[in-house]
Amino acid sequence: MAKSIDVSDLNIYYGDFLAVENVNMTVTARSVTALIGPSGCGKSTFLRTLNRMHEVIPGARVQGKVLVDGQSLYDPQVDPVEVRRMVGMVFQRPNPFPTMSIYENVLAGLRLNNKRLSKSDADTVVERSLQGANLWNEVKERLNKPGMSLSGGQQQRLCIARAIAVEPQVLLMDEPCSALDPISTSAVEDLIHELKEQYTIVIVTHNMQQAARVSEDTAFFNLSAAGKPGRLVEMNPTKKIFSVPDEEATEAYISGRFG
Amino acid sequence: MSNVQTKTGSPKRRLGDLVFANLTLAAGVLILIALAGVAIFLTVEGAPALGAGSSDLSGHSNFLTYVAPLVFGTLLAAFIALLIALPLSLGVALAVSHFAPRRVAVLIGYVVDLLAAVPSVVYGLWGILVLGPRLIPVYAWLSTHASWIPFFGGTPSNTGRTILTASIVLAIMIIPIITAITREIFSQTPRLNEEAALALGATRWEMVRLAVLPYGRSGIVSAAMLGLGRALGETMAVALVLSASGVVTFHLISSTNPSTIAANIALTFADASGVQRNALIASGLVLFLITFIVHFSARAIVARSEPGSK
Repeated sequence: MAKSIDVSDLNIYYGDFLAVENVNMTVTARSVTALIGPSGCGKSTFLRTLNRMHEVIPGARVQGKVLVDGQSLYDPQVDPVEVRRMVGMVFQRPNPFPTMSIYENVLAGLRLNNKRLSKSDADTVVERSLQGANLWNEVKERLNKPGMSLSGGQQQRLCIARAIAVEPQVLLMDEPCSALDPISTSAVEDLIHELKEQYTIVIVTHNMQQAARVSEDTAFFNLSAAGKPGRLVEMNPTKKIFSVPDEEATEAYISGRFG
Repeated sequence: MSNVQTKTGSPKRRLGDLVFANLTLAAGVLILIALAGVAIFLTVEGAPALGAGSSDLSGHSNFLTYVAPLVFGTLLAAFIALLIALPLSLGVALAVSHFAPRRVAVLIGYVVDLLAAVPSVVYGLWGILVLGPRLIPVYAWLSTHASWIPFFGGTPSNTGRTILTASIVLAIMIIPIITAITREIFSQTPRLNEEAALALGATRWEMVRLAVLPYGRSGIVSAAMLGLGRALGETMAVALVLSASGVVTFHLISSTNPSTIAANIALTFADASGVQRNALIASGLVLFLITFIVHFSARAIVARSEPGSK
């Protein structure tokens, strides 16, 4: 069910401001693609165009094409709500629904898609998703406790469980570990390794080692100066990017000479 | 190694802190004194009414049977008002915070706030001169076709000055209060929770249900209770609109209507003397207690539904 993503000539605007310019990119199915680059270069903005979360911000719009397995996301007939059900997302800070139990948090997306869900089906989905997110053993005794009662790392894995409960085709992660401690980070990274068997994953990260550890391909975004649009500098297999990148700017960024 | 003496105990008190702390404390205590003063006045002045006879209580044998129908009318009018106002207010608040385009939202918010600035006597006059007469045919229709619903039983009013009319006027008066508070709460919904819902493929309404309403739940309860408090105590509009006969009935559109405590005080205090006055003041004490109970139960509900509390 995992699908590839093709982006061509994508320009992203906030109102009149061109935030990201002319992105062309192909994301392979069942692999992890990391987006790296300095703050403000538009990697998160770009990520959010892949499930049309970008346009939630008033005035935001895009030009160009995003194809998921050949289906254009920005076709006038495509409902953004449908896109978001197909392309799941995990955010920078864990955001479980504060008033819901762990159990209900996992089911939240499914309840939107399919109102009628038998108790046994629901139990199956909750167990499968929490196991998929490596959280089952830690929470199986307290599924009815509020989602907010978990630690930060557990909350983030709960959010991942919530995202994969609806069996999306693509999973987007916007710096999923930036608010987590090293142990939780490592738990999430292990999880990403397992998830790529089934899902196409695009992850934004500020952590170079993390990009090197989890991804097959890496895309480096940069902006030439403050106020100028961000652009995709280079996209290559992660091994190549971190050893012999094509662009000098990539080399400079990775070796810490700027950014 | 030399021993360094560390000073324990309270750190140095700064003058600014001291002054400010005492000022705020004084403000808090002042409120308590004012409240206690009101309570003491009502109790002392109302006490003689407990021994009053039927001559001073417009025909009732003791104070309890005198005040009971008034309490009934007060609660009935306020609850119907809340029933009408709450869904409308939540709708307006959501429209302003999440649905309407920015410019329209600002305009609606402004107009609703203006509603709060209209004096209650104006609402009363509007109820009596505009709303009441327009409702006469509605009441007549309801009486013929829907009198099987107990609320619409009895002889329909031919002035329109019923408890339902009064409640509608009250509802319009409390809409701005409830709207203003809930709007503020709704617009503070964490962006993170809203995006969590949207990213799962929620429509705008589903996002409101998943993220906005649960977040605002305690705020909705407090807003409703503040509105209820206002409706319970509102005097002028009810006194003008309602043609009261002091009965206890659930017939909302009939020509005989229960009165409310506040309206009863306003309408009869000027002509009252002696123990009659004490009885009216005692009924005021009862109203005071009702609003107290409403507010404290609201606090209790809010405390229990707070997400963080266990």
